[in-house]
Amino acid sequence: MAEASYPEDLRYHPEHDWARVDGEEATFGITWYAQDSLGDVVFFDPPEVGATVTKDEPYTEVESVKAVSDVIAPLSGEITAVNEAADTNPELINTDPYGEGWMVKVKLSDPSELDSLLDSAAYRDLLD
Amino acid sequence: MSSAPPTSAAIETPMQRDRATTIFERSVEGRRAAAIPAAGVPQEETPIEELIPAGLLRSQPARLPEISEPEIVRHYNRISRRNFDLDSGIYPLGSCTMKHNPRLNERVAALPGHARLHPAQHPARAQGALELMWSLERALSEICGLPHVSLQPSAGSHGELAGLLLTRAFHAAHGEEEQRTQVLTPDTAHGTNPASVTMAGYEVVKVATNEEGGVDLDDLRAKADERTACLMLTNPNTLGLFDGNIAEITGIVREAGGTLYYDGANLNAIMGHSRPGDMGFDIVHVNLHKSFSQPHGGGGPGSGPIAVSERIEPFLPIPRIERVEPSNGGPPRFELRGSAEHPGSIGRLRGFQGNFGVFVRSYAYILSLGGNGLAEASETAVLNANYLLARMREGRAGKYLPVAFDRRPMHEFVLSGTGAKKELGVKTLDIAKRLLDHGMHPPTVYFPLLVDEALMVEPTETEARESLDRLADAFESILAEAEEDPEILRNAPYTTPVRRLDEVKATRQPVVRQPLTD
Repeated sequence: MAEASYPEDLRYHPEHDWARVDGEEATFGITWYAQDSLGDVVFFDPPEVGATVTKDEPYTEVESVKAVSDVIAPLSGEITAVNEAADTNPELINTDPYGEGWMVKVKLSDPSELDSLLDSAAYRDLLD
Repeated sequence: MSSAPPTSAAIETPMQRDRATTIFERSVEGRRAAAIPAAGVPQEETPIEELIPAGLLRSQPARLPEISEPEIVRHYNRISRRNFDLDSGIYPLGSCTMKHNPRLNERVAALPGHARLHPAQHPARAQGALELMWSLERALSEICGLPHVSLQPSAGSHGELAGLLLTRAFHAAHGEEEQRTQVLTPDTAHGTNPASVTMAGYEVVKVATNEEGGVDLDDLRAKADERTACLMLTNPNTLGLFDGNIAEITGIVREAGGTLYYDGANLNAIMGHSRPGDMGFDIVHVNLHKSFSQPHGGGGPGSGPIAVSERIEPFLPIPRIERVEPSNGGPPRFELRGSAEHPGSIGRLRGFQGNFGVFVRSYAYILSLGGNGLAEASETAVLNANYLLARMREGRAGKYLPVAFDRRPMHEFVLSGTGAKKELGVKTLDIAKRLLDHGMHPPTVYFPLLVDEALMVEPTETEARESLDRLADAFESILAEAEEDPEILRNAPYTTPVRRLDEVKATRQPVVRQPLTD
């Protein structure tokens, strides 16, 4: 995805992560800005299904040609699925960060945490 | 301003057309580099099969390249020309201290008594070598301000591991090995610091950086406690900034019961001016190959001696070199001491005595400069960095590549390419690649991680003012090109033996050996 985009239906964490929330389930990934700053992603280390993630804490790592970086959980919960395709083809994180480049699906333990995340406009303000 | 180098991808240079080959691919059956005469010594009566066990005898000849001497010379000369080296141009690679390697050092290292010394030589017949090593230890002790030295570690990262093993031994001797599990490192630390911490079985705890680019004291106070084994720090740090709070920083960790480790990668900024021992550190590694001149950057050989305080001394690696004054007044002897004399030692870190050639070159460097000369080398390194930074504040570099943490730096400084990325659509990597077309090695890129699109520049003391000016001019020329046509940068380099490399493929599918084919 060559052009920056920050879809309106997502919620954003200041550490450049997004969450797509559907009731008590959520999908996490990294933002366009994050993948652009990292450069070409070469490894994605998928966490274990069943592992607990905590808001603001790292839950996995991505490695680009520049650096290894922690990925921060925007919300807390338990991992119910991981994106095996991104393990095999980590470039999906660059080409489609909000679609095929998703990282984990999580059953949320505290959906009220959602209130502290940013909407698309507020996240874009943060980047400027 | 320098004129811009070629930008056309259509023209291939002769070197680009000449694919790199291994010596085996140049082999032709039957070719020889030398005609070896028949042995003049009578053949042994006993067949070789009776002298050497069958398992150690070759069943077929070794597969060696067959090639004439002129082709051997051309092969290696061709390879050397495909490389970039300090003897060809400026190499301002941040935190790597790519200073000129004085040729005097090479002459001394090549003396047969140095170059041909066998590592298994008996100490009694290697007294000169041991004296040189002992004298180098004393010189490093004085430079670091710490009383004891071991030359065993063979790289900076090896020195770090040694320092953490010493830390563990120190806490074990005080009954605190179980309790002290954490090592504090600033978020600006060299990547080897957290790696060494993990390798030594400790947990990394990152300390934040304050507004001035130094250690955040409140964060350090909050994290230094009874679990702290050690603080690893480099000063000046990787932003090139000297942390004026250093005495307070070491005081906080010492109070909490941890040891203090100084990463000597940036020693070139402070030699003869300030000493890690005086700042309150217990353990320092010295990168002989950086600060004390040595051809480096191609994978070795390096050397990372450590200097330590009195409280760490009992645990130093063995063997240790001891100078013994004979009772009859004769010349001193140099002896190797092992675990019998040093029962608390963490043991050996490597075979034999270390990379001896590195010791010879570094000792020659220290002696030829002397104490005042080393201090002057650091002053000039800081002056060169500040002159270059002043040039980089002008023109387009000042506009698109502002300095990160705007304070007076020491021997290196860090620029941020955020402006170039946003306004010109070129990344730091593109600028770095285009510098290669100017015959210059780029600075370190994308480090430290807390600076976006970082460019970390360390010119060293051995670059002349004209050379610094050429580097600044090259940046100006490159940024002017980017204003006109950013594609020029995105497709650079054009003139190097190989063009832009596929770094993603190299990382995901590394090919590190070439099988021999028939």
